[in-house]
Amino acid sequence: MSAAPLLEVEALDVAFPGRGRLTHAVRGVSFALGRERLGIVGESGSGKSTTGRAILGLVPWPGMVSAKRLTLGGIDLMALRPHEWLGIRGRRISMVMQDPKYSLNPVVKIGEQIMETYRLHRRGSRREARRRALDMLDAVRIRDPDLVFHRYPHQLSGGMGQRAMIAMMLIAEPDLLIADEPTSALDVTVQNHVLGILDELVAERGMGLIFISHNLTIVSSFCDRVLVMYGGRIVEECAASGLAAARHPYTRALIAAAPSIDRPKAELTTITRDPAWLQ
Amino acid sequence: MIEVAALSVTFHVGHVAVRAVREVSFAVTEGETFGIVGESGSGKSTVLRAIAGLLPTPRDSVRIAGRAVGARRTRSERRLLQFVFQDPYASLHPRQTVDQILNEPLAIHKIAGAGALVGRALADVGLGPEHRFRYPHQLSGGQRQRVAIARALILDPRILLLDEPTSALDVSIQAEILNLIARLRRAHRLTSILVSHDLAVVAHLCDRIAIMQEGSLVELLDVERLRRGEAREAYTRELLRASRGYSRAQAPA
Repeated sequence: MSAAPLLEVEALDVAFPGRGRLTHAVRGVSFALGRERLGIVGESGSGKSTTGRAILGLVPWPGMVSAKRLTLGGIDLMALRPHEWLGIRGRRISMVMQDPKYSLNPVVKIGEQIMETYRLHRRGSRREARRRALDMLDAVRIRDPDLVFHRYPHQLSGGMGQRAMIAMMLIAEPDLLIADEPTSALDVTVQNHVLGILDELVAERGMGLIFISHNLTIVSSFCDRVLVMYGGRIVEECAASGLAAARHPYTRALIAAAPSIDRPKAELTTITRDPAWLQ
Repeated sequence: MIEVAALSVTFHVGHVAVRAVREVSFAVTEGETFGIVGESGSGKSTVLRAIAGLLPTPRDSVRIAGRAVGARRTRSERRLLQFVFQDPYASLHPRQTVDQILNEPLAIHKIAGAGALVGRALADVGLGPEHRFRYPHQLSGGQRQRVAIARALILDPRILLLDEPTSALDVSIQAEILNLIARLRRAHRLTSILVSHDLAVVAHLCDRIAIMQEGSLVELLDVERLRRGEAREAYTRELLRASRGYSRAQAPA
């Protein structure tokens, strides 16, 4: 991270109006991201997914986004107009979501969907797009790319579907990948395969990765650095390997609340929420 | 308390027969908490549903409290055993108040003194009188799962069947519900079976664990042996490794 960071976020705020007041989903979030794996952990409602969507300009109406600074490689994302987003979204930043069942088009064959992404962002011929799509399916370790190319999403298992999603998101060679709970809908044994693929591709292509998850075990073992979010704020930032030595009481409580195979205890620690954490 | 002998369940989808459970056998002793772990499609929930009588099963494959039971249960057989499902959003009637939800099993089993029993059941799971006349959508996920547990325990069953009771909940709420289950099972001297995909959750609550894969029970071991890494089957070891998190060294190249 010696060079200028890929993504800079400063004082990001997202608010939703309702019942005569504003609900702040994200409050003053700041971080910089290089070509590294950054994990964002938190429970539901912590603002972790909303942060990811705000970076992509995907906060739905009537949500209001403000930031002192939100830049990708020097481009001011806050100032982009809708047609300018087309050159960023999918092309320079893409996003893998939780469940391939809901994020793939159910009536279009897998290969066709991946080709469409390629042709939209890279403007190659159909033949070129087809070749690249098959290469990409191979890169996410799908054993028979030709077969999967001609399948519809419902004909694939969860793990296969998520690999196809990753292939589609990486084919335009983005600089930044945002993965929002990419393995939460998958079985544990499949989970690690998908993480392995993601890990390898991110390293190989020198991308930045934002990995959003509720699962501390996965984040601490997969990422380089971790942000812990609570009530819309970052309450702690630390190296993933140093998560066990976290200092914030919320982070510590979160770790203690998860049952562990190796450290059995009679009773799990429950979290007593301190209003001061929201200050 | 519960004996499952060579249980097989086959579903017919069109012309295709899917063997969801293949010759599964195990016994759960009184007061024990038995765990079943497996990935999606392993048949773990189907086993639980067969024990509960929610699926047609041959009469000899399930015995409860020493008696063979079929899918058609008598009222007393049904009262013996209660079920808590994964998703408290789906398993509570959205148009009934907590009070109505808890009264229904009492009405079905013609139990008198419902008013006091409902109050006690709520207190038992850590809810107060202020929750009694609310609808499920007015409660948080953790509170709803408490209502589902109260509904199961209000009949004072001897057996509690839990199917992924905390999978839809945040880690901090999961900790509260797991502690609650541990406390209630001691207080009510329950025999229980916990089904989950999460090895850590099952290892926390159970003494013995059955590992299922593709409909078969591949290994039965006690938690201590699991912790010491003394699993016999490769699949069990793979599950255990995967549950401990991602590791670059063992990632497939």
